[in-house]
Amino acid sequence: MRVISGLISAAITLGLVYLLNNPIGSKVPMALGSFLSPQTGFWQNASPINEDFSGLVKNDFLKDSVNVYLDNRLVPHVFAQNDNDLYFAQGYLHAKFRLFQMDLQTLVAEGRASEVAGKVALNLDRENRRLGMRFAAENTLKEVEKDADAIARYTAYTNGVNTYIKQLTKSSLPLEYKILNFKPGEWTNLRTMLLLKMMAKNLAYGTQRDIANTAMKTVMGIERMNILYPQVNDSLIPIVPKSTLFEKPIAVNKPVTADSIYWNANIKVPFINEENRPDANNGSNNWVVAGSKTKSGLPILCNDPHLEMSLPAIWYEMQLSTPNSNAYGVSIPGSPYIIIGLNDSIAWGVTNSQRDVLDFYTTKFKDDSKKEYWYNHQWQPTKLRVETIKIKGEKAFQDTVAYTVFGPVMYDKSFVADSNFADAALSAKWVAHHTGDDGESFYKLNRAHNYDQYLNAIKMYECPGQNFVFASKTGDIAIWQQGKFPARWQGQGIYVMPGQDSTYNWQTFIPQNQNPHSLNPARGFLESGNQRPVDATYPYFIPGTYITPRATAIEEKLTSMNHITVEDMKTMQSDYYNPLAFDMVPLMFKYIDLSKLNNDAQAYLNQLKNWDFKATPESIAQTVYQLWMSKLQEKLYLDEFEKKVGDSVQLIYKNYYFPTEQTTMELLKRDTTLQGTVDDKTTSNKVETISDIMTAALTDVTKDLNQLSAENKLQWTKYKDVSVFHLLKKALLPFARTGLKVGGWNNTINAVTQSHGPSWRMVVHMTNETEAYGVYPGGQNGNPGSKFYDDYVDTWAAGKYNKLWVMKAAETSSENIKWVIRFEK
Amino acid sequence: MKFIISILTTAILALLLGLYLPWWSIALAGFIMAILMKQSSGKSFLAGFLGVFLFWGVFAFLQDMNNQHILSAKISALLSMGNNSFLLIVITGVVGGLVAGFAALTASSFYKNPKVTKNI
Repeated sequence: MRVISGLISAAITLGLVYLLNNPIGSKVPMALGSFLSPQTGFWQNASPINEDFSGLVKNDFLKDSVNVYLDNRLVPHVFAQNDNDLYFAQGYLHAKFRLFQMDLQTLVAEGRASEVAGKVALNLDRENRRLGMRFAAENTLKEVEKDADAIARYTAYTNGVNTYIKQLTKSSLPLEYKILNFKPGEWTNLRTMLLLKMMAKNLAYGTQRDIANTAMKTVMGIERMNILYPQVNDSLIPIVPKSTLFEKPIAVNKPVTADSIYWNANIKVPFINEENRPDANNGSNNWVVAGSKTKSGLPILCNDPHLEMSLPAIWYEMQLSTPNSNAYGVSIPGSPYIIIGLNDSIAWGVTNSQRDVLDFYTTKFKDDSKKEYWYNHQWQPTKLRVETIKIKGEKAFQDTVAYTVFGPVMYDKSFVADSNFADAALSAKWVAHHTGDDGESFYKLNRAHNYDQYLNAIKMYECPGQNFVFASKTGDIAIWQQGKFPARWQGQGIYVMPGQDSTYNWQTFIPQNQNPHSLNPARGFLESGNQRPVDATYPYFIPGTYITPRATAIEEKLTSMNHITVEDMKTMQSDYYNPLAFDMVPLMFKYIDLSKLNNDAQAYLNQLKNWDFKATPESIAQTVYQLWMSKLQEKLYLDEFEKKVGDSVQLIYKNYYFPTEQTTMELLKRDTTLQGTVDDKTTSNKVETISDIMTAALTDVTKDLNQLSAENKLQWTKYKDVSVFHLLKKALLPFARTGLKVGGWNNTINAVTQSHGPSWRMVVHMTNETEAYGVYPGGQNGNPGSKFYDDYVDTWAAGKYNKLWVMKAAETSSENIKWVIRFEK
Repeated sequence: MKFIISILTTAILALLLGLYLPWWSIALAGFIMAILMKQSSGKSFLAGFLGVFLFWGVFAFLQDMNNQHILSAKISALLSMGNNSFLLIVITGVVGGLVAGFAALTASSFYKNPKVTKNI
């Protein structure tokens, strides 16, 4: 009897241990035994509310000692004696407070997400590898390695990260590793480059629509494409003030065959959903006002980059100081330097240029081996790169990517299941594939003292192209749209191009000094909000995914404002005025057919009558307007991309996109058929008018609005449900901050959509003793168990700011300082 | 008295073994305790269970108090038990306790069931 009961209890014990030592399904990816154990599991990450962050780090790599003063917001003020020690400490601090995000983001960039997430991430991994993310990072690293000083700084940073990683134990691992059951990989200089390429993908990949345009051209025709997707919007207010004279351009020659084999050719493109396209709202505002417009007589510089908001945030605030430099601002964990910020003499900020710097070229392989392709009248060898993608819990996947003279063959039949595309392939040529050390620009900006040094710092910067706004304490204001941009002939690269010879290749790049810029304009301010940088007189063809309305709002405000104060600028960054609605609502009233509206629809329409066009959190009018506008867009354009098959309606192209709402509004002022898109192609017996469509759209959304009303979600903020998710999104929903009371939309200055918006707001007054404010929707500590994990979120949501304390070396006994980390040799 | 000592022994063994071995060393703690302290299977189980239940539970409770429930609120929601820090602490204790309890029960089966004594 005892033997049997002993065996049973032994079996139960072993069974329990086994069960608790392994993940239980996808809902609970962690092994519960280790996770629950207070000695090793998540309880170890429940750090005391009064956690002591002070400590001593000893490392032979250091040349001298470093003191890091952590203030009451957990912002580190790093005081080092030299650059080596400065960036070592920055790497260590990034790892200490943000290791998981650096690790995850670079794993994704390298095409290694499947190692952690399993097969669900395979397609994303293949896409990133086929786009050549690692290829690009390797090329950049080779360039960086040519500069001994630069590579020494990156190496110092890497050593700092690894010093932190090496002392981690099972119990001190960041929480996410315990949940996902993996361990941090060693940091390398290549991973820093990968992080910069991830920024390039986020900001300079989605700015092209070559494949979609090529597909859409076949149903729309080139003429209508040009009108519905214009290069220059009617109401554009460019970054560089109008009437600026541009230098004579360098010549680029349009191929003589362009009409036959480019514009009118039927080039095959894959039937794909571009699911992993970066968010089209990735954009930003920045502006600077000169002393002539401010109350103090000194410039004020403002910046709010709009990115996917996440916890932990993309930004990490810090001060980096040596006897020769003193920069304060936000850094990106995974990379050294301050990216947006200020020093003792200047301040700078960035917005995205939105320029198209990636073109697809058709590629013809000799056979399925992909070893040769047709180029310049003969078969040329490709370079084959075999990508081995490790997958959690499964066998590794091998993907062979061919490289042509243009770049990696991103799409071919091994990646796209589309029989029409089986004999076709597309190579991607991307500025980000071949860049120098863009980080160097930030290293130099951190140390620039005047306009000339600012210009010297940014002029080598290549990708993703940015609008660098600038102000100095000596009173200069400036903006440069800086990047490496191909000099294109009119129309080059908005559609997929023939890649059978060099004819359609980029001929040269726009000379750096011809990049759009302005210094101390008479009007006393400069601004950018992702609009086209220049008007139509700029002598180069510069396609991109420009956004017009926000810049209009900024321009109108700054033009009318005088005696500007810091408070005015803070208020302006939170402004909810919707300039597009201001133009669009009168057109909606003009074309609505009141006789066809039911009482509910009438009531919603009335909401728009006395609206001040502000997308405030409480606004019901904004909800009505935006739902109506979105429905109108769908009714106008979706049918253009559909065809009738029997009784059902099918998409002709998966990767279509609509004209912008801005374009719809502008066109409607002069063409009530909107290039024939007003007619619903799926109704064969009737030609709809704009009035029919406008009315039908409101009638349709009335049902949705009634539903929202029943759920008490008519108010804009309740409908929108602004949320800052953890990096792992809905898989870790309890780690998110949801239901934040914030208004705005992508066309208001305060550009908050659901989980996308101002990822850092900064206002810098160029006073002798720098007066600066900043906030981001997150917190300094990446540990979800820390009170510093999300402590800025409410400040941010309320449109409030933290005062930035630029600590002086002598202020070591300041009451702001709560902890000290000391680094010694 | 012996029962109370066996509870303490389990807890101390679990703590010490846990410094060097993975979480499942709590099973070893229960097992070793039951070998050292000859008791009825019921008492062995209970001593193993309570030893680790108390160790893990009190440890978790202290961590949670110092953390002011910031993390336990998130983790309990993540594990679909609502925002319930207390339940998470109890479950932590019970899971650990069961493993150690059954390990102790297994060990006790090496002995003949001792006569029931009044000495509890």
